[in-house]
Amino acid sequence: MHGLINKAFESFLTDTFGQPVWHQLLRQADLWDQIGPEGFETLHVYPDEVTCRMVAVATALLGRPSDSLLEDMGTYLVSHARTAPLRRLLRFGGGNYTDFLRSLDDLPGRARLAVPELVLPALTLNETGAGQFQITCRGCQSGFGHVLLGILRGMADDYGALVVLDHLGPAAPAPGEPAGPAGEALSIAVHDPAFHAGREFVLAAAGAGG
Amino acid sequence: MSDGLTRPGPACSPAALGRLMPLYAWLDRDGVLIDAGPTLRKLAGPGAIGRPLGEVFTLVHPRSFAQAQDLTAAAALRLVLRGPVATAFKGVAVPLGGVEGGVLLNLSFSYGLREAVRDHGLSDTDFAATDLAFELLYLTEANGAVMAEAKKSSERLRGARAQAMEQALTDPLTGLRNRRGLDRALTRLGDSGQAFGLIHVDLDRFKAINDTLGHAAGDLVLAAVGARLRHVVRDADSLARIGGDEFVVLLPGLAERDMVRRVAERILAALAQPVGRDDGEPPIGVSASLGAVVWDGAAAGPAPRPLSVEQLLEEADRALYRSKDAGRGRVTFAEPAA
Repeated sequence: MHGLINKAFESFLTDTFGQPVWHQLLRQADLWDQIGPEGFETLHVYPDEVTCRMVAVATALLGRPSDSLLEDMGTYLVSHARTAPLRRLLRFGGGNYTDFLRSLDDLPGRARLAVPELVLPALTLNETGAGQFQITCRGCQSGFGHVLLGILRGMADDYGALVVLDHLGPAAPAPGEPAGPAGEALSIAVHDPAFHAGREFVLAAAGAGG
Repeated sequence: MSDGLTRPGPACSPAALGRLMPLYAWLDRDGVLIDAGPTLRKLAGPGAIGRPLGEVFTLVHPRSFAQAQDLTAAAALRLVLRGPVATAFKGVAVPLGGVEGGVLLNLSFSYGLREAVRDHGLSDTDFAATDLAFELLYLTEANGAVMAEAKKSSERLRGARAQAMEQALTDPLTGLRNRRGLDRALTRLGDSGQAFGLIHVDLDRFKAINDTLGHAAGDLVLAAVGARLRHVVRDADSLARIGGDEFVVLLPGLAERDMVRRVAERILAALAQPVGRDDGEPPIGVSASLGAVVWDGAAAGPAPRPLSVEQLLEEADRALYRSKDAGRGRVTFAEPAA
């Protein structure tokens, strides 16, 4: 998996649980020699197995189910000061939360535009009713849906939207697609896209970008 | 092709035109602004309508025009907004029906897009949904974020490289230079042509300490000797451990025997104190034999002696063994080379 994703997990764990816990995790996951105290290189692509081992050890070490841990990581990614650039890039998705949801189809393309080697799971948004959405991610590592859930929750707060989010479990295969576990579905009910003011977003912020 | 001229073309309301092209300007035959898209109105101010184009913008290319129709000849127009913020635009003009000699001019931000968005506080609704400006802003910002990560990564690598180089030139036990580090310091000194003194220090009966008290005690002595040497010399001097119990002291600028001898005597005095142990065992007595050599620099004499690191260390080594033969715990100077 891409170094940016691994680095995100590393930042989440160090900022939330402290560096000693992160170092302990690296040793327990037998990754100390490979990763070291400097942590992941953000522009290097690591074997998927590294990420899986890291998440499994984190779950055991912290005594937390992986679902809630991954969801917390998603929220961390769009709310912590250290990851502010990501939150800004996601805000380019649209002027309000509903537009943002509609931009998720483009997310893998937008990621590739910025970092050609960064492969994100394909996301499909379906509007199932007024303010009712269902998102399916395919070709993703198991658990990605929970990270996405955390991101969507964090972004709802960022936009000031009142929403109810649910993880629906494994997604039914798309028509014509072989059945398999490689998909997860989420439901989103947008009750009020402008429930509170949300956080400010200036399009060309000083210091951002260049 | 006559079809395109005779068939009635599409027509749309100013509001619809504004959605498609928020930066459009409609000019009459004399180049006076009849109407403008919502974003251009926002940028140029409410007073812009009814004024000549040349008063609202500084024309860069073309510099002037007689009739609005003349603008349609240029492949691309360049204009700069007059006012507190000089925003640059490029544009394209086409003849327009409805008003005799009228022209429709569409503008876009050029490379100054980011600055324009910042200076005028523009948001997504100020652009047409099909305009790539938004994607461009996104890309600029994403690139910036990736560059920042790449920079961090390269700084980490530089740090690691510097650390590896440092370790490769340093003896981990004493923190002094190792043989490689000494060679490097000597070569640099030789290249500079500066005169210097060199003292070769060999601990007396060190093997006996290792054999009877163990390697831990031996390491303790070596570390203590390193610390004491560091205490005796100046900051500009270089210290190295080049073998088990052999040390070399480089003294740049010290080419007189008397001065080098004084340093040697300070070293002998510093090493005369037994090395204490924190495990309650009795302190370990140490002494050393020293061989010294003076290099008077490449500039000395009509035929300067070329500096050979090997030869210099050999001379110091021979002097050192004469110290040992003469009863240890003393310094001897190398005889000038024949």
